[in-house]
Amino acid sequence: MSSFFKGKALRDVLNTFLKIFGNNPETNSSQSIKIVASKPLGTRLYSGEAKKCTLIPGDGIGPEISAAVQKIFAAANVPIEWESVDVTPVRGPDGKFGIPQAAIDSVNRNKIGLKGPLMTPVGKGHRSLNLALRKEFNLYANVRPCRSLEGYKTLYDDVDVVTIRENTEGEYSGIEHEIVDGVVQSIKLITEEASMRVAEFAFQYAIENKRKKVTAVHKANIMRMSDGLFLRCCREMAKKYPDVKFEEKYLDTVCLNMVQDPSLYDVLVMPNLYGDILSDMCAGLVGGLGLTPSGNIGLNGALFESVHGTAPDIAGQDKANPTALLLSAVMMLRHMQLNSYADVIERSCFETIKEAKYLTGDLGGKAKCSEFTNEICDKISRTS
Amino acid sequence: MSVLTRNIPRICVQASQTVAARSIHSSTNTNRAAALAERPDTRVTATLIPGDGVGPELVYSVQEVFKAAGVPVDWESYFFSEVNPTLSAPLDDVAHSISKNRVALKGILATPDYSHTGELQTLNMKLRNALDLYANVVHVKSLPGIKCRHSNIDCVIIREQTEGEYSALEHESVRGVVECLKIVTAKKSQRIAKFAFDYAIKNNRKKVTAVHKANIMKLGDGLFLRSCEEMAKLYPNIEFEKMIVDNCTMQMVSNPQQFDVMVTPNLYGNIVDNIASGLVGGAGVVSGSSYSAECVVFEPGARHTFSEAVGKNVANPTAMLLCSSKLLRHVNLNSYSEMIRNAVEKVLKDGKIKTKDIGGQNSTQEFTYAVISNLDLPKA
Repeated sequence: MSSFFKGKALRDVLNTFLKIFGNNPETNSSQSIKIVASKPLGTRLYSGEAKKCTLIPGDGIGPEISAAVQKIFAAANVPIEWESVDVTPVRGPDGKFGIPQAAIDSVNRNKIGLKGPLMTPVGKGHRSLNLALRKEFNLYANVRPCRSLEGYKTLYDDVDVVTIRENTEGEYSGIEHEIVDGVVQSIKLITEEASMRVAEFAFQYAIENKRKKVTAVHKANIMRMSDGLFLRCCREMAKKYPDVKFEEKYLDTVCLNMVQDPSLYDVLVMPNLYGDILSDMCAGLVGGLGLTPSGNIGLNGALFESVHGTAPDIAGQDKANPTALLLSAVMMLRHMQLNSYADVIERSCFETIKEAKYLTGDLGGKAKCSEFTNEICDKISRTS
Repeated sequence: MSVLTRNIPRICVQASQTVAARSIHSSTNTNRAAALAERPDTRVTATLIPGDGVGPELVYSVQEVFKAAGVPVDWESYFFSEVNPTLSAPLDDVAHSISKNRVALKGILATPDYSHTGELQTLNMKLRNALDLYANVVHVKSLPGIKCRHSNIDCVIIREQTEGEYSALEHESVRGVVECLKIVTAKKSQRIAKFAFDYAIKNNRKKVTAVHKANIMKLGDGLFLRSCEEMAKLYPNIEFEKMIVDNCTMQMVSNPQQFDVMVTPNLYGNIVDNIASGLVGGAGVVSGSSYSAECVVFEPGARHTFSEAVGKNVANPTAMLLCSSKLLRHVNLNSYSEMIRNAVEKVLKDGKIKTKDIGGQNSTQEFTYAVISNLDLPKA
């Protein structure tokens, strides 16, 4: 991701900012300069002030779990200022329903956001909000780390994979038409640009997160040109990252092996549909979508979200499990280079689950969302 | 609904055809068994395609077992391969043989990700299209004696395999931009939906689950889903349920016991087949079959050539033996079919002879001999 800010122009802008803020005695300039210098690409940390962060609480249980995350962040003194926005669709000037401009502006300004579950509209006519957000912010890569949690027993206890999914094209290009009555043609679009972009991100992610291996998942034996192109891009990118092991596997082989021995895989990179399916399957291995974080990395910003549903049946009853959103927020902190805060929060969350004293209903416990949240806050205040 | 009304006559014709074909089958059932006893020289001819990878080794195992059991089946063997085109028999010959014999046993064909001639269709696709093998049925069932994380799995995955993503229609519009067409037609969607419901009825199944992604591919998968919904109305005794493919895979790994019969478009079928096979012990133990209106090809359910094990004598012949058992049942050699199935299950259950993939150290050959020594041969 970072190399997309490599552009000379951008670097100049960054330097200008550095100059300005570096001379400002009020900001913690030495620290920020150091961070920027050690991580010159892609960082937006040109000031030591609290960063603004857009928060989209979402529908259903969204507001509760967002509040839980905010509370935990406050307990950990994370230097983040939340900017809560509403994304309920409004009728735009063209008569179509879409995201309110204020929300778009907010994310564009802050470049980073956290989003709770959104209800996908059932009726036809307007696009799903998730899709709209994805398009709006050019979120080209979806990252979903899946790790077995200690304390919550599933049939699989050795899962530690990261699925990276191309998010802008492929099967979900949205280009479809009925040629004649009863014959539909859906177009799967694969471009070199997007494939290169996501492949580069995958390798970059592997290096930044100290991962050993990247596996390209494809079906080039059946879709020789389209998946072939994707695969070629991955191969080419692999040459630039000799330290990361690269392998290519057929989608069906990965499916078969993943359910038998998930430890075979590390980072997986793949086109849209395969990623959609595999990331949910991996989440299934570790206990469902309530426990897996998700991040969307884009050209115009990054959006972190929980991918579970809105659970309208338990909304407002203080029963929801905020883990997925919390872990997504932790991913967000890592993306913002606030690693120390991320580590503290993550550790407290894992410990709370491991102790199993305050587990929410979906994990087989009886605790309320607030009790779970309070326990995490307690742990944080004890460690710091 | 209009799609349905337009096709009702056709469906009726198809229905009456299948019913007719089936009634002929069942009536000959007893007759032929009797005939076999009277005339032991009545033999069945079947096409045999060993396939690539460990295919030939597995087929050899089947032949050994058939020989030991005295199964009255003659093989018409063809070497058929895409990775070895010079030795491969022509497609026409193979297709002709299968359509003549109406039944075949097939190993897995390797499909390389490029073709020297720039061809997009794989040999597998060509064969399926030539014979119109539209329905792939994989019965995934937990086997006794194989230790897995999940138990009591018993589901059937029915996959459309002549269109969808596997249409081999691709082109590079401009450099670096490739379009790949996924074709979904009402005709083939209805056909597979009908096949699934008929299968459910015939095999006393309760529920059919349609797997789709119609929330994103509203037209393509939408058409498939609509076809299934319309067909479901004609089968009120079978419960119908629809599930989005990503949710389906998640449910599959966390609660696979909920599934009964599943009907899927091409690619999703491939994915679900493999996940389900992984849950019960891997590619070596799951059998499958592909049906056209005329003929049946029996082949392992999860399609992997296992080429890294060629010549090592370690592959598990269970899937292929179960395929052959199903083949025998299909040609009404029920006693032989059961004999082989029971022998395989007994070997697995005893657990003394295990191949590597299910946690043992025995070779393909040892497993084969174990099956042979467990055959319950009729006393002469």
